[in-house]
Amino acid sequence: MDSALFPEGTKRCSIKIFGFWFSVWSLIVLWGLVGAYFCLRYGLNQTNMNDYFAFGVWIVVDLAVIALGAGAFFTGFLTYIVGKKELKAIINAAVIIGFICYSGAMMMLMVDIGQPIRGWFGFWHANIHSMLTEVMFCITTYLTVLIIEFVPLILDNRQLKKVPELHHFSHRLHEIMFVFAGVGTFLSFFHQGSLGGMYGVLYARPFAFRTGFMIWPWTFFLFILSAIATGPCFTMLIVWITQKVSGKQLVKRSVFNLLAKIAGTLLAVYMILKILDTWYWAVFTAPSMGFNLMDFYAGGPYGFWLVILEIGVCGILPALLLLSSKARESNAVLISACILACIGVTLNRFVFVVQTLAIPVLPFEHFYGYLPTWQEWAISAAIVGYGGIIYSLAYRYLPVFPQEVELYPENLQPQPEG
Amino acid sequence: MEQRHGIGEGVKYGMVIDLDKCIGCGACVTACVAENNTTILEDETNKLKSITWLRLYKFDNSKPYPETEICYLPRPCMQCDSHTPCVSVCPATATDYDPLTGIVSQIYTRCIGCRYCVAACPYHVRYFNWFDAVWPEGTEACLSPDVSPRMRGCVEKCTFCHHRLMAAKSKAALNGSREIPEMDYQPACVEVCPTQAIVFGDLNNTKHRVYELKQSPHAFRLLERLGTEPKVFYTTTRRWIRDMSDNWTDGEKEKAKAHS
Repeated sequence: MDSALFPEGTKRCSIKIFGFWFSVWSLIVLWGLVGAYFCLRYGLNQTNMNDYFAFGVWIVVDLAVIALGAGAFFTGFLTYIVGKKELKAIINAAVIIGFICYSGAMMMLMVDIGQPIRGWFGFWHANIHSMLTEVMFCITTYLTVLIIEFVPLILDNRQLKKVPELHHFSHRLHEIMFVFAGVGTFLSFFHQGSLGGMYGVLYARPFAFRTGFMIWPWTFFLFILSAIATGPCFTMLIVWITQKVSGKQLVKRSVFNLLAKIAGTLLAVYMILKILDTWYWAVFTAPSMGFNLMDFYAGGPYGFWLVILEIGVCGILPALLLLSSKARESNAVLISACILACIGVTLNRFVFVVQTLAIPVLPFEHFYGYLPTWQEWAISAAIVGYGGIIYSLAYRYLPVFPQEVELYPENLQPQPEG
Repeated sequence: MEQRHGIGEGVKYGMVIDLDKCIGCGACVTACVAENNTTILEDETNKLKSITWLRLYKFDNSKPYPETEICYLPRPCMQCDSHTPCVSVCPATATDYDPLTGIVSQIYTRCIGCRYCVAACPYHVRYFNWFDAVWPEGTEACLSPDVSPRMRGCVEKCTFCHHRLMAAKSKAALNGSREIPEMDYQPACVEVCPTQAIVFGDLNNTKHRVYELKQSPHAFRLLERLGTEPKVFYTTTRRWIRDMSDNWTDGEKEKAKAHS
């Protein structure tokens, strides 16, 4: 029925199966929209956030998806700036994932802020001293870059390509893509860093505060590193899931190997610096504010096990697995390492958002826990649903994986219509 | 006598609260709510979402009877003086530090409700409006015309009754003066305190009572080690309360014990 829209030389499932698949994601989005309606109509009292937990699951998800979406800019950087041409096989998927992550985060933020209509005040009345201002500027401009990077892929649709003007426009955009890859890299480095800086500068919150270099706390650099290490892992994970769901190989194994090696190296560097940062903070920074390390882990469910899980199980272990060429050869090991790395970076963002706020600073204050309401879960899930919809549509109708035709040359035979 | 300045030059309004005089009556809290048109929630049992610009803390020395001692600690905004934690983080410049008075302001109509300032403040003085402000019929007539009520979705906080400063400034101007006499500008909580536990004035003005009081050897500020330089001082002769004003590592506690 819609096969005329499929990329040339590819096969896709029937419209019925796709319709069912699409409905599942749509239902999740619908649930999120109901949650968003409640929050926008009745206010953020619909959430379990409060004056102690000013940030909740939405900010955790925001920070996590922005880190995981870093595969877009970093793969772009490796492909167009460093010159790793093999990665062209995966760059389209990385851009789509990045677009989903960033646009999803922006939509979520519009519900999260108490006065969504005033969202533009951050640009108009910008406070240049605030890390959040930098985040707002860079994320917005980078989302624009991602849209520019996504447009040529959309225009490569089999039917759209037949329009000469669109084809010409798309071709020209492809030619100058290295410029956008460069701009995207610059912007992304800054906002990934500023997201880390947002917490590192909280000098009155000893759990989050970090010393640093000039105006940048160490978290600025650690957030960049963790994003560029785990972003490619997330890209690989999604592509691998696509392969499993579609039942075919879409990207050559060598591409996975190369990206995994790079991700593993970066994750190892990140881990070394993260351990050094944690040590310095535990031994010097926190005690200078009157805190022993274990004071931070004494109350509630956020115990020291989180550190072991984040740094050990979801940091050092995947780094070692990805660094070993033998381990990388195994699909199971490679994907497990990617999953662990993604959990690790999510956990890192969770710790900075939630644990920072849970720990009382005033000695006569109390420890509070936080559990999101269904509205908060629904809106968080909607980002996944939204991602599922965009990614599925892109896979079905756009030439996301250039190697697919090469891997399945038999599909190049003329297809019967319908 | 230990000098406790470190609050910059010029006029710096601040408070000195005598915890030995505070009886925990809550008059200051009530006066603050009435003066500043603070919203009362339909369900005030959830204290994590209710708004109390001036919060009254109650804690004890963790000792069994008869050695039990209780402290009531009124906590307004600390009006931090140095690199104010909330001001530096606000992306929309909706909160600002006035170098002429030292007062940290909040522009409600500019606040986007991101709550980064709430996260940055270790004293929990910032409150987000989780609910719409609703006043039962008739009670809106009791609202103060000098203070704008706040809308849902923005952050608010104690302003040291800034509207009273405006009124005092106007009065001084009418009298042809630029200087505001000490008693012409006093926040509502100070005025209403039955035991005169709260004293307010210019911390740098030698003629104001707070200048002398803040230099008492029993004076301290909350979380002084963080370097926020609060302009709210507390005094007490009770050591255990002073010890609870800040955080100490195990090593520091042992050292302090050895000295005492």
